[in-house]
Amino acid sequence: MSDSIIEEITKEQLKEGRDHFKVGDGVKVHVRVVEGGKERIQIFAGIVLARKGGGIHETFTVRRIASGVGVERVFPVHSPLIDKVEVDRESVTMRARMYYLRDRIGKEATKVKEKRIHEQRRK
Amino acid sequence: MTFALIGTKLGMTQVYDEDNNLVPVTIIQAGPCPVLQVKTSANDGYDSVQIGYNPKGKSPNKVTRPAKGHATKAGVEHQQKLQEFTIIGDSSEYEPGNVLTVEKFSDIETVDVIAVTKGRGFQGVVKRWNFKGGPASHGSMFHRRGGSYGLCQWPGRVFKNKKMPGHMGNKSRTTQNLKIVKIIPEKNIILLKGSVPGHKNSLVTVRVAKKIRKAS
Repeated sequence: MSDSIIEEITKEQLKEGRDHFKVGDGVKVHVRVVEGGKERIQIFAGIVLARKGGGIHETFTVRRIASGVGVERVFPVHSPLIDKVEVDRESVTMRARMYYLRDRIGKEATKVKEKRIHEQRRK
Repeated sequence: MTFALIGTKLGMTQVYDEDNNLVPVTIIQAGPCPVLQVKTSANDGYDSVQIGYNPKGKSPNKVTRPAKGHATKAGVEHQQKLQEFTIIGDSSEYEPGNVLTVEKFSDIETVDVIAVTKGRGFQGVVKRWNFKGGPASHGSMFHRRGGSYGLCQWPGRVFKNKKMPGHMGNKSRTTQNLKIVKIIPEKNIILLKGSVPGHKNSLVTVRVAKKIRKAS
């Protein structure tokens, strides 16, 4: 009984359309940043390493290489501060979590098997 | 202002507040609590309000006749749980038969929650009193013990309140100054920032924070 009430309370805060990106995808996360009373949008682009949790607790990790250093950010999926999540390239993954990318150096670090979108279009 | 409600702890979750912060909240179903009796210093020697609560939302089947009579006198159903909260000052706003709900918390910022903590059984000093214990290896032979318990021939006894192993938890404890995040009057639900004592579905008392009461 109590669990259904908890679900109801959090349901209205869930954002719709936040399940279009998956692990391995190259994404651009548009984050709302308030600076000096002004709001602007900051983009964090990288590869989704993991999606964890469920419901309102769900988070996703994005990794990018910024000036030679790996940077990871964890976002709550349903955060109101996320304006939108753009998917740049879809990928085919053999893993649920892409943690092996952390050990890679150079070009390999951003290499994920891509879904061949143009082939699908030809069909 | 003094005011309290009896309720049930439903569990914890997270919600976003106005500043878009993800806040951990405890969900408590508090009330509706009918007033069964208003005690006055002239009549009873002290000022208080007796409220009732039915945890399952309905009156219990088995009722003793004195308890039934007490409830009918106030014109309400028999309540499984009865509690009092003292009143400082004017008690005229409470009358037997009135039903108190979470809406009364709407202009209040912080509350205290009183509940029985989770029972943890017989525990040693490391878990119960946060003792450090001894080294794990190098033949120390002293791992999770409490050390020396007393002195010598003087005083020839162990002092009172010495921290020792024993039963842990299952005691009434108060968490003070919990911020009210949201109130949902239709469902008698109140969301408080942070955790409260007790397990899911345990009885809790939610009262107006003692510390703001003193300030006003």
